[in-house]
Amino acid sequence: MAHFTKATSVKDWLNQRLAIEKVEKVMASEYWIPKNINFLWAMGMVLMITFTLLLVSGIFLLMYYQPNVDTAFDSVNYTIMREVDFGWLWRHIHGVAASVVFLIIYIHMFTGIYYGSYKKGREMIWISGMLLFITFSAEAFSGYMLPWGQMSYWAGMVITNLFAGGSLHADALVEWIRGDYVPAQAFLTRFFMLHVLLLPLAILGLIGLHFAALRIPHVNNQDGEEIDFDAESKKYLDGDKKGAKVMRFANDFMSKDMMVVGIYLVFFFYLVFWNYSFAMDPVNFDPADGLKTPAHIYPEWYFLWSYEILRPFSVDLGLILFAFAQVIFVLLPWLDRSPNAIAANRRGKPFMIWFWLMLANMIVLTAMGKLPPEGIYSSIGFVSAVLFVAQWVALPFITSRETKV
Amino acid sequence: MKNNSRRGFMGKAFGAVAAVGALGSLVAMKRSWDPLPSVKAAGFTTLDMSIYQEGVMVTEKWRGKPIFVLKKSAEVMEKEAQNPEAQKRNIKVGEDNFMVAIGLCTHLGCIPAFRKAKGDFLCACHGGQFDASGLVTKVPPPRGFDIPPFKIDGNKLILGEVGPEYQKMKETGVTL
Repeated sequence: MAHFTKATSVKDWLNQRLAIEKVEKVMASEYWIPKNINFLWAMGMVLMITFTLLLVSGIFLLMYYQPNVDTAFDSVNYTIMREVDFGWLWRHIHGVAASVVFLIIYIHMFTGIYYGSYKKGREMIWISGMLLFITFSAEAFSGYMLPWGQMSYWAGMVITNLFAGGSLHADALVEWIRGDYVPAQAFLTRFFMLHVLLLPLAILGLIGLHFAALRIPHVNNQDGEEIDFDAESKKYLDGDKKGAKVMRFANDFMSKDMMVVGIYLVFFFYLVFWNYSFAMDPVNFDPADGLKTPAHIYPEWYFLWSYEILRPFSVDLGLILFAFAQVIFVLLPWLDRSPNAIAANRRGKPFMIWFWLMLANMIVLTAMGKLPPEGIYSSIGFVSAVLFVAQWVALPFITSRETKV
Repeated sequence: MKNNSRRGFMGKAFGAVAAVGALGSLVAMKRSWDPLPSVKAAGFTTLDMSIYQEGVMVTEKWRGKPIFVLKKSAEVMEKEAQNPEAQKRNIKVGEDNFMVAIGLCTHLGCIPAFRKAKGDFLCACHGGQFDASGLVTKVPPPRGFDIPPFKIDGNKLILGEVGPEYQKMKETGVTL
């Protein structure tokens, strides 16, 4: 057995058994963060906090929610909302956080694209991040089924129908996913399981991977500067805190990080208390009815851009482009052929235009996805969808012409 | 060296056992997600076709989906006489002629409404229209209403069972 001595303090006792001081150094005080960063570097922590809010509010909702087609609707809209003390708080936190988390994910993602944070050894950070985006999407969709209102039911119908693969008519696959011919009890219970167990487990695992992927390449910085972390951290520890290009994760970085989190939480709880209705579709306050379709079926705002890529085309082409839109972001580190890993605005005109056009176009797609597909909206949606695909096809050509800055 | 080959063998043997187990559990997992026998058993709906009135559209339910049942009037039948496409979709039970179809728009699955005055269907989602035979009269729907599997038994219609009339429709591509 290893050698243990009589402990001099509780800390020493724990240190001998768990090496807590070493763990603290590795995870926090000697985990080095570059100094030339800005508030956008706090989005990871903002996401972590939002995920925690989802987890905690979810635990409380789970104690009263009933995954049964006859009682689910009332367990949410009556039991949780009217009977449970502060039940409304958990539901509104859960609903608002589920919506806002995607806003932050998109900001986090476009920050990464803007600063080239997927390049030069940071590919795994990007990939694990995109896997998290996909898992969060599945988590959001499965959660949307649970109140068993009209939008739950019909979104469930339409999304599972996508798996029929258009002209392939793989109806057996759709029925297998549902466990029934239409969304019914088996469907609700299995999506409940996915929402509260399997997908959260996957998310926790992927968050671990996402963090682990950061350790070796470290966090990027505003200038895409390659930093010698060993040399700079030595400088810091030797007392030259001012001259070192790095700072400690805790408490140096965390103190500023939590400042951003604080501002975010004020905004977040403003939404929870006074403006939660954007996250609660009024149509979903009608109980699910398989014999009555709502006039317009549209997804939540964060899925609208990809929904709009599906919509203007014939069934098969729409599905192919939809699938394209879902996976293409994952391939970004390889589609960007440029030798530069710096901010988009410093990489020359072509990529700068590409970046801002992509961001603007996704906002246009989002807006068009919400509007009924008629007249001018349908034309704008079509042009935007074509532009989206064209931009991705053009990306390798644009970036391979870039010269090293 | 000897040890290595032993370890190699043990590794392969474990791999083989694990592969069989993994494959078996995948089968079990797949099967656990299949529709239950009770769900499948409830997948049949029997309709008494003698109770319907001409020109009155009735919505029945089969496998959770709306089923449009419309007994056709003599006028509709006259119109259909010039349209072989429509004739092929006709379901004749005894002396009566019916349109029986899954009441979901073939575009994106909304439920079209029956317009009694015009005797046709209008989908509110994207403006698709269907006539009393279930054929598309205005796009976007890519095809007429799908027809559920049916079997004619006297004056009864069993939805979910495949009869010769349905088989023929399926083979000739009248329905999917």
